[in-house]
Amino acid sequence: MTPDIVIVGGGLVGCSAALHLARAGRRPLLLEVGRIGAAASGVNFGGVRVQGRALFELPLALRSRAIWDNLVDIVGTDCEYRRSGHLRLAKTPADLDAVAAYAEKVRPAGLDLEVIDGAEIRRRHPAFNATLAGATWSAGDGQANPRLAGPAFARAARAAGAEIRDNAKVVAIEPVAAGFAVATADGQRVTVPQVINSAGAWAPDLAASLGDAAPGRAIYPNMVVTEPLPPLISCSLGTYGNGVYLRQVERGNVVFGMGRGRLAAPDRAVPSAETSLAAMAEAAWLLPRLAHAHVIRTWTGIEGELADGQPVIGPSPRHQGLFHAFGLSGHGFQLAPAIGAVLAELATAGSSPTPLDGFSITRFTAG
Amino acid sequence: MTAVIIVGAGPAGMAAALTLVEAGLRPIVVDEAQRAGGQIFRRPPPGFTRPPAALYGADAAAATRLHLAFDALGDRIDYRPQTLVWAVEPDAVHLQGPQGRVRLDRGPLLLATGATDRLLPVDGWTKPGVFSLGGSQVALKAQGVAIGRRVAFCGTGPLLYLVAYQYAKAGAEVAAVLDTSAFGDGIRALPLLAADPAKLARGIYYLGWLRAHGVPVHHGVRPLTVHGESVTGLTWRDAGRRLNETRCDALALGFGLRSETQLADLAGVPFRFDPIRRQYLPDIDQDGRAPAGAVYLAGDGAAVRGAAAAETAGRLAALALAADLGRPVDTAARDALRGRMARFERFARGLDAAFPFPVDLLDTATDDTLLCRCEAVTVGTMRHAVGELGAEDVNRAKAFVRPGMGRCQGRMCGLATSELHARLRGLPPDQAGRLRGQAPVKPVPLA
Ligand SMILES: Cc1cc2nc3c(=O)[nH]c(=O)nc-3n(C[C@H](O)[C@H](O)[C@H](O)COP(=O)(O)OP(=O)(O)OC[C@H]3O[C@@H](n4cnc5c(N)ncnc54)[C@H](O)[C@@H]3O)c2cc1C
Ligand SMILES: Cc1cc2nc3c(=O)[nH]c(=O)nc-3n(C[C@H](O)[C@H](O)[C@H](O)COP(=O)(O)OP(=O)(O)OC[C@H]3O[C@@H](n4cnc5c(N)ncnc54)[C@H](O)[C@@H]3O)c2cc1C
Repeated sequence: MTPDIVIVGGGLVGCSAALHLARAGRRPLLLEVGRIGAAASGVNFGGVRVQGRALFELPLALRSRAIWDNLVDIVGTDCEYRRSGHLRLAKTPADLDAVAAYAEKVRPAGLDLEVIDGAEIRRRHPAFNATLAGATWSAGDGQANPRLAGPAFARAARAAGAEIRDNAKVVAIEPVAAGFAVATADGQRVTVPQVINSAGAWAPDLAASLGDAAPGRAIYPNMVVTEPLPPLISCSLGTYGNGVYLRQVERGNVVFGMGRGRLAAPDRAVPSAETSLAAMAEAAWLLPRLAHAHVIRTWTGIEGELADGQPVIGPSPRHQGLFHAFGLSGHGFQLAPAIGAVLAELATAGSSPTPLDGFSITRFTAG
Repeated sequence: MTAVIIVGAGPAGMAAALTLVEAGLRPIVVDEAQRAGGQIFRRPPPGFTRPPAALYGADAAAATRLHLAFDALGDRIDYRPQTLVWAVEPDAVHLQGPQGRVRLDRGPLLLATGATDRLLPVDGWTKPGVFSLGGSQVALKAQGVAIGRRVAFCGTGPLLYLVAYQYAKAGAEVAAVLDTSAFGDGIRALPLLAADPAKLARGIYYLGWLRAHGVPVHHGVRPLTVHGESVTGLTWRDAGRRLNETRCDALALGFGLRSETQLADLAGVPFRFDPIRRQYLPDIDQDGRAPAGAVYLAGDGAAVRGAAAAETAGRLAALALAADLGRPVDTAARDALRGRMARFERFARGLDAAFPFPVDLLDTATDDTLLCRCEAVTVGTMRHAVGELGAEDVNRAKAFVRPGMGRCQGRMCGLATSELHARLRGLPPDQAGRLRGQAPVKPVPLA
């Protein structure tokens, strides 16, 4: 079957796009340089939260929430997604004012958050540090197993007729009369009318090679996991500001992140011991009972972050038929399922019912 | 200059320390154990008084010589026992020990981290009363206790006979020695084993001694099931495929040794597959030097060759390191060491031929057999991950169904998982890839 659209990059964004395109009757070909869903999409923290996001991001995030909530119907397996709720902790009264103000601001957009004061935190979560000033509680948020998500979307996409190739590196995308000639490292070339650039941290370079510049850099969020522990906390949580974020997976391991790892060689990011130690201290502060646990592994991944901390999602201003979705800036796991749906709509109908104002790449060039 | 850091104080690390001191350096020596000695020359805690001859048998002289020489180094090294190296970074080495957490600037690194038991899953192998072969020896050496009254030894490798012999000598009843390798394997390996006649003679001596003392010794065995809540026996097939049962109250299982390579991985050393040892090993030159990063490897952690080879390799790697730092090196001595290493390698290849890794056990293992004990992943789950989920390599299998994701991070089950993965896909074992290492190489306390 000849493809009518090429997707570059098989992270969760690309896999979801492949699934939605195939279900819309298109013939997507997804090309992934490594393994499907094994880059940022496969190694992230697994937080699936809407709270804390920018106002203009909420329609997209809430659309994604609806996909996460119905994962079994959509991809045939739940990827261990649990609607466990998410707490955004405030350490100081000023932080509590900030998260409470956010809760007010987002209510009209359909995001319901409960403001909880320090006494209520202590009542609901006696295991937490007793000096917390409060939190906002988002009952509709959750957590999932990132290792399962990308491959599950890819299997569903394949079943719907998408062609998915791993170990296939795209080395050039060349605009031609009929659309784009996409060349892979093994010397193959395919010409298609449309291309989706969902190459994660590597996407900005591909975009730039076609004249679409977006300023950004790669980031390496640093992750730590303990041995399996008895049940300690059922929801996912984060800290206002740049503090620790933490959850306990069903197996019992407590996973948490804070700060950044670093690049050891091109395309090889490694965790930083110093960052891990700082995160461990912070986790022990937050949950004193963790002090007796053992850490069994640390890791990181490579993620693209744009200058304003927000993704680019939408058509190329320069090339008809080219669509970008990258720069998810450390919070794209939750968004990815909906981004794929939106990309399928853009490529097929030319527009999406989900407002995308704020995601245009032209924000970096206009003015 | 940033100090040289030696990790491991077994024969390789101790010999490296002695050599570096001779070259005028003062290395830091970090070792997890309470006392220097490593695996084979492990010393009991202070207060235990079994004499070297009882502890180390035929190696007593070598053990005592190394212990004394190392202890005599005193202040000429910065020795840090009971200390784990848990992370190696481009510019730092991180320790966890009696002084808490310590960060050292990363100078030249000499890794002598040794080996652990190579395991294969056998139905019931995680029941109480089943020990790794090495673990059963440690119990005897470090604590002076046997793992049971009536102990069966099953698996393969020279340690199988040695530990059975040590148990019998210490007064335990040895129910049987059940060797998975065929008698003919040993005969065919004789030309290679002749590279170290003394060691060969010793192996033959242990076998003869066990036989002479009425211990049943069987070759070509395939273990099937461990019985009992806590071990009461083992059923196995003999070379003629007949079913047998050995009754015992403890079972020691081990299928040779595997190198501990995680620190080399963290240090950025490239790996290559060693078809003899069926393991991805650090890619180093004949002296133990890694291609970049001022990293040197010696001993069983670089490739399993045994204690005498570890000592030689420790010296050789230390000489390479000293030479790279511009110290004068006695090239004649170095060449002699290289010659000895070549003989050790020949002997190691002979041992591998005599005691092949019986990976076919994985083909007949039941679906319920545990593969990864930390995460309770069964052989059947792994078959599902490769078959239905399409896991392309071991890291994918781990991502999908968790083998190697627990406390030991695949140090125990990693090789068996790779072998199983490869066999399920009908490919050679190198095609399964290798589990990526990350800090900490062993669990560290969170606070
Ligand atoms: C450690 C970590 C923790 C995180 N935690 C969270 C979290 O809790 N919640 C959250 O919402 N988000 C989180 N994120 C962010 C989230 O993981 C990402 O935003 C999201 O997975 C990005 O998906 P993607 O498909 O765009 O990128 P990726 O998953 O990186 O996929 C891009 C793919 O493109 C491929 N590719 C690149 N170049 C080419 C080429 N030339 N040819 C072919 N293929 C190519 C890559 O191999 C890769 O597989 C985290 C990220 C990291 C790294
Ligand atoms: C369980 C077992 C029993 C054995 N019994 C015998 C025997 O009876 N006879 C025989 O001939 N051979 C035996 N061997 C093989 C023999 O031990 C080795 O050939 C020899 O000890 C190798 O010496 P080495 O210096 O390379 O490593 P080892 O002697 O294993 O020393 C390695 C040292 O490094 C330390 N270390 C490892 N990682 C770290 C870290 N991250 N941080 C700090 N320290 C670390 C370890 O604690 C250890 O002290 C045995 C091996 C094992 C695994």
